[in-house]
Amino acid sequence: MLAIYKREMRSYFTTPIGYIFIGIFLAASGGIFSFCTLQMFENSDPYSYFTFLLFGFVVLIPLLTMKLFSEERKLKTEQLLLTAPVSLMGMVMAKFLAAYTMFAITFLTSCCNFFILPLYGSVNGAILAGNIISILLVGGAFIAIGVFVSSLSENQLNAAIGTIAILLVLLVVSFASAYIDIAFIREILSWVSIFTRYHDFTYGVFNYSALLYYLSIAFVFLFLTVRVYEKRRWD
Amino acid sequence: MIKIENLVKRYGDKLAVDNVSFTVEEGEIVGFLGPNGAGKSTTMNILTGYLSSTSGKAFINGKDILESPMEAKKLIGFLPEQPPLYLDMTVEEYLNFVYELKGCTLNRRKHIAEICEVVQIKDVYKRLIRNLSKGYKQRVGIAQALVGNPKVVIFDEPTVGLDPKQIIEIRNLIRMLGKDHTVILSTHILPEAQAVCDRIVIINKGQIVANEKREDLQNLITGNRRFEVQICGPKKEVLSAVKEVTGVSYAEILGGGEGDSSSFLIESQPGVDIRKSLFHKMAANSWPIIGLSSLGVTLEDIFISLVDRNQKSEKSKSKKIKLNEGDK
Repeated sequence: MLAIYKREMRSYFTTPIGYIFIGIFLAASGGIFSFCTLQMFENSDPYSYFTFLLFGFVVLIPLLTMKLFSEERKLKTEQLLLTAPVSLMGMVMAKFLAAYTMFAITFLTSCCNFFILPLYGSVNGAILAGNIISILLVGGAFIAIGVFVSSLSENQLNAAIGTIAILLVLLVVSFASAYIDIAFIREILSWVSIFTRYHDFTYGVFNYSALLYYLSIAFVFLFLTVRVYEKRRWD
Repeated sequence: MIKIENLVKRYGDKLAVDNVSFTVEEGEIVGFLGPNGAGKSTTMNILTGYLSSTSGKAFINGKDILESPMEAKKLIGFLPEQPPLYLDMTVEEYLNFVYELKGCTLNRRKHIAEICEVVQIKDVYKRLIRNLSKGYKQRVGIAQALVGNPKVVIFDEPTVGLDPKQIIEIRNLIRMLGKDHTVILSTHILPEAQAVCDRIVIINKGQIVANEKREDLQNLITGNRRFEVQICGPKKEVLSAVKEVTGVSYAEILGGGEGDSSSFLIESQPGVDIRKSLFHKMAANSWPIIGLSSLGVTLEDIFISLVDRNQKSEKSKSKKIKLNEGDK
């Protein structure tokens, strides 16, 4: 499992993908940060910054996940992994963790932006920490979705587009739910939505049910990825 | 060492492997011979745990590949039809990756160096796999299978797409591996199987049609032996004389040869060597034979004879059944 993890990490940097991801992520977060602090200065909470960032993830996360399995399938290298003494879950976890490491390190790096805030005003540490933790959780869920979609296709582009579509729907549903009159549907949509859960964290409240929700999403999609491989074996 | 019992694999409606059973003893080199689409790759993929069988079992050294996949997979080195190479790695990085992936405990440097020595990839060790020629890629694929010194090595069509020199090298390599490994390889080339393997399993349409020691394979060939013969003399008279030779079942003129010679295709009846009597007959007429070559038996010939044999036995079975029905 460690071997696969190391190989994935390595391959982010022997191909342009890792650099593109880090570059765009840092540039975008920097841009959003300066926009939110300089242009929207009447709004003092960091909520809008992280909301913009979440929309950025819709495009950025697929960059990390699109090739994880599709490339292996196309080049038939998965045959090496699947006939090696490694469990399916181990293989899936290794790839997920590699993508997550890339994501987490880049995100935490981008959080350096906040160091300049205390120079100009007071910062609520709890709210900031809550936001950072929730972004780390949402990122995990998004990456698991990307991993799953990547296992469905041989084509990186299809995997990327599929992931973008799913993530976009998940985000849009959260906003759409506010405009739906039927209470029943609104309830369901807001329950499903990634965003609703995200709110509590942004107020600095540590919400265990949200934590569980994001972890379950990640787990369910990683589990589905394992099932995809099991099914393909039996077909 | 390897035991396969009543293996069946269905892809939807298509039956890819149909009730295949065989065993491979330790240290044997077994050739899996059959035309494309016969079920060779599928069987190998099941044996290595890449695919699951619809029914039936596969054991590696007593370990069921489905029930204890970890233990079984540790015993196998597998080279799939397309070598599973990461193009963005150097040979060195790749072999080290495979070493870690398989969780080897041997001395890493020494072990990898030995493998590189055996498959002769030392001179490309630091190069990117993407830039290697097909022959080298194939060898890196073989090297990958040997990492961890598995007891069983399985090669799926190891010589496809290589040039003749590389084919000979790979065959020698496999023969060498056979000294301390159990080897299964698949091929659709009969001479290759004959050159390398101790035993040959012939598979067609998912079924085993023959499972014989290499020496016994010749006996299976119940078809006629064929020769191409160059004889100097008047074509038609030579032809009719050839046909008179005892044991000749068929003869035809293939065309003119050098000088006043013509070449003939001559088939003998099974089990008869016509060469001596042909010589005496021609000598009596003072028509010199200036060339004689035996046309090798091809896989097609074996197939035709084997499939014929099987069909005949099936027909006789179905006849019997019909007769039985008639009795009622």
